Amino acid sequence: MTPMASTLPQPTRAERDRRTTEPRSAFRALLLDGRRGLAKLLSNPLTSAGVLVIGFLLLVALFAPWIATHDPFAQNLAETLRAPSAAHWFGTDEFGRDIFSRLVHGSRITLYIVALVTVVVGPIGLAVGVTSGYFGGWVDTAFMRITDIFISFPSLVLALAFVAALGPGLDHAVIAIALTAWPPIARLARAETLSLRKADFIIVARLQGASALRIIVRHIVPLCLSSVVVRLTMNMASIILTAAGLGFLGLGAQAPLPEWGAMISEGRRYMMDSWWMVAIPGGAILLVSLAFNLLGDGLHDVLDPRSE
Amino acid sequence: MSTASVPVPPAPTASGQTARRLRHAGQRLATVLLTLLGLLFLTFVIGRVMPLDPVLSIVGPDADRSTYEQVRQQLGLDRPLAVQFGYYLRDLSQGDLGKALLTGHPVREDLARVLPATVELATLAILIGTLVGVPLGVYAATRRGRLGDHVVRLISLFGHSTPIFWFGMMGLLVFYAWLGWAGGGGRIDLAYDGLVASRTGLLLVDSVLAGEWEVFQSALRFIALPAGILGLHAVAYISRMTRSFMLAQLSQEYILTARVKGLSETAVVWRHAFRNILVQLLTIVALAYGGLLEGAVLIETVFGWPGFGQYLTSSLLLGDMNAVMGSVLVVGIVFVALNLLSDALYQVFDPRTRS
Repeated sequence: MTPMASTLPQPTRAERDRRTTEPRSAFRALLLDGRRGLAKLLSNPLTSAGVLVIGFLLLVALFAPWIATHDPFAQNLAETLRAPSAAHWFGTDEFGRDIFSRLVHGSRITLYIVALVTVVVGPIGLAVGVTSGYFGGWVDTAFMRITDIFISFPSLVLALAFVAALGPGLDHAVIAIALTAWPPIARLARAETLSLRKADFIIVARLQGASALRIIVRHIVPLCLSSVVVRLTMNMASIILTAAGLGFLGLGAQAPLPEWGAMISEGRRYMMDSWWMVAIPGGAILLVSLAFNLLGDGLHDVLDPRSE
Repeated sequence: MSTASVPVPPAPTASGQTARRLRHAGQRLATVLLTLLGLLFLTFVIGRVMPLDPVLSIVGPDADRSTYEQVRQQLGLDRPLAVQFGYYLRDLSQGDLGKALLTGHPVREDLARVLPATVELATLAILIGTLVGVPLGVYAATRRGRLGDHVVRLISLFGHSTPIFWFGMMGLLVFYAWLGWAGGGGRIDLAYDGLVASRTGLLLVDSVLAGEWEVFQSALRFIALPAGILGLHAVAYISRMTRSFMLAQLSQEYILTARVKGLSETAVVWRHAFRNILVQLLTIVALAYGGLLEGAVLIETVFGWPGFGQYLTSSLLLGDMNAVMGSVLVVGIVFVALNLLSDALYQVFDPRTRS
């Protein structure tokens, strides 16, 4: 976002001096870079809003038992389908369970899915992409053909097929989403590697006798990391949406887990009279995926110089 | 419009060019065939690792050992996997996708029956998406960095971030339950169901062909909401891409020239810049159409739309593997075809790719 750049505070003299002096070590350079990037990132109000919401989500998930006003699983058949009130901030569901408390506990499930998928997909995508790009030839052809096959399905449909094969459930949903989410990361890592592998410093390392493994792990992977991390962040919103979709179709987290998509699915039958059962969990999904999208966009703007 | 086109490098000799294009097409075809084969293999593997035992679902839990083995042999499940894959390919080449447990019909017939409903929905949605998304994107590009741009960006962001099934349900709540404008679930009012003969399978088209305006109106009332919501999803993607394509054009020198010549802003934007992004837009719309298939799976479930998505999800919940694999395969093929189409459009319409 260009207009934001001009609203950045002008550097003071001391700051200018610091920027012109060379950092003394690679680690310091990284710190300096990180600090500058962070300042630039947060100078965009939309991105800051996204960061704020994600921070809030983390806090809620961390302190869920203390924030929730009720037991998320406790049924109270005397108070079913109550509209939002002082006693039940977001109303109750068909079993009289407190929706606010379920929502709060559900944030843990959302974060669990996002974190797990990201942790699985990042290394796999990186490994496949970097290997493919570095070695080229038939390794590249084989890996990229496989990637193409996975990309030629819409990810939700492929995830559906995997869940069908594995059986419904939260962990199976995570595996299914991970299986559909690695190919774009692999493509990205491959593209980055291709632009690096003919670089002088790589050739020098090779001439010094460094093994392929060492070159990949010590020289190429670190340089791919930033764009892979951006891409992973940008994918988080779609992971949340896919997981919610699977939950909604009854193939993700199973009852009585308070997964937000599954909550919507449960509320579907009562929707016409009890709108809060559907509107509130859906609003939560929207808010969180919006926040991840805003953060991803912001990171992209900061780290991709072409967007200037 | 010759002023707007980018200079084309001198054409190489005709025969050399043809040979190159043929070779390119050949490579492309080989890649596609390989991808399709992989697609088949993937669906095959997914179908075989199913936790549900297909033999058990046929013979029932009380069958004795010998019956079980007999059925297992009939299904070819005692052969090595590679041989099974060969059988699978053979059946497929004869257009046989197996029988669906739910309906008892061959999966191929089922798919032929449900696909038109989805095509109708997705086509209307892509029309809405294009007619709204493209002008929005162009507008955002011309207002870059100003309020209009930010508003369009927010719309697009919301489109990307909304769970589409939830959006559909909220739409039903507001436009059906509260306002009573839209039809509820399904494709048409029960009173009109089956009134017009199915020719294309597309209700809107069929009713017009039959001259039944009341049926047409009813069908329109029912399709408007799901198509509108799917369409908004497409708007998010299309407007965003249009904006970035337009920005790339508007920073070119020929635009400056056009402005210096004193052309009106409308002429510069629409007759010069916009004309040059048409090819890119076509390819994006083709890809967006594929993306709508994904949205359709969820939207059809919400609206009880008797299309492909509902067929897929209901088969999934029943563990009807033939139906699931057939559907997934069809989606994969449609996706590959759309990718190929968007590539081909580029080749045909953009002279720069020919050099």
